[in-house]
Amino acid sequence: MNEEQIERYSRNIILKGVGGKGQKRLLQSKVLIIGAGGLGAPVALYLAAAGVGTIGLVDGDAVDLSNLQRQVIHFTADVGIPKVDSAKDKINRLNPDVEVKIHKERVWASNIREIIRDYDFIVDGTDNFPAKFLINDACVLYGKPYSHAGILKFNGQTITVLPGKSACYRCLFIAPPPAGAVPSCSEAGVLGGMAGVIGTIQAVEVLKYLLGLGDLLTDRLLVFEALPMRFREVKVKRNPACPVCGENPTIISLVDYEQKACDLKK
Amino acid sequence: MTIKLEINGKIDHVSGEITVRELLREKDVEDPDMVSVKLNGTILDRAAFDTVQVRENDEVEFLYFMGGGSQK
Repeated sequence: MNEEQIERYSRNIILKGVGGKGQKRLLQSKVLIIGAGGLGAPVALYLAAAGVGTIGLVDGDAVDLSNLQRQVIHFTADVGIPKVDSAKDKINRLNPDVEVKIHKERVWASNIREIIRDYDFIVDGTDNFPAKFLINDACVLYGKPYSHAGILKFNGQTITVLPGKSACYRCLFIAPPPAGAVPSCSEAGVLGGMAGVIGTIQAVEVLKYLLGLGDLLTDRLLVFEALPMRFREVKVKRNPACPVCGENPTIISLVDYEQKACDLKK
Repeated sequence: MTIKLEINGKIDHVSGEITVRELLREKDVEDPDMVSVKLNGTILDRAAFDTVQVRENDEVEFLYFMGGGSQK
């Protein structure tokens, strides 16, 4: 590390358990963020600020005016440009040490293996169930540690998954809800700060994992309810009947689930 | 006769030894398709909602499917 880096990361380096060695490890780490939206924004900014050396961003969408209420990495002038370009620009301006790799596409069963291959840790910041189940299955099948999260209205939840060692998303939520059950976008809504609370927890989990510190949020679903302002921990365990990581898995290759058409501009 | 359950960490009472589907209805869970149910530590298969009954002192967790807010 040069002198500027020692100064920039001084508050990391003085932490017991991090030090120069930990900081170097962060600078050598590669983290993939799938979804450069509400959850992905705080994850990307905090990982960039902390000096995670390589950050991959996957998103096929462009910034929409209605995104700005919660996707704090995008600004008004970014409306209309690809989210990965907008996010890369902010990361570079925050910390030029970070190499940003962009994937201007959605994840599918056909491309996810190649996209996640080179990364140490994967962050699910997507907004839909087909992607969430695909990310879980890919991370389990290819042994990538990852952080799952979801937010809705005034609530959010997150869990860290170490494939083969801790409960995966499917151990809790066996299969996606039927497409017809998912309410239309205009009915949903989410308080912007929920993305900040939950995404920031995801970022902290990534840093703990990379640094080998503390106890990860494994086998515990952390549920956050903003209205009563309460965090609750639901203990979970690996489900022997889990279709992807259980004793007799039925999912041995990746599948694309049908996604309900959703026009965000409505 | 009412029975006592622990639902999402809180003591609650329901009308009797009812099925999980009936429990969801009684507790005003709007859309059973958007919830996963943990009963005494085990995640239930969705098909079991109509057959498995809750009993006195059972611990139940309703876990909700959550997407990303914009496109649920």
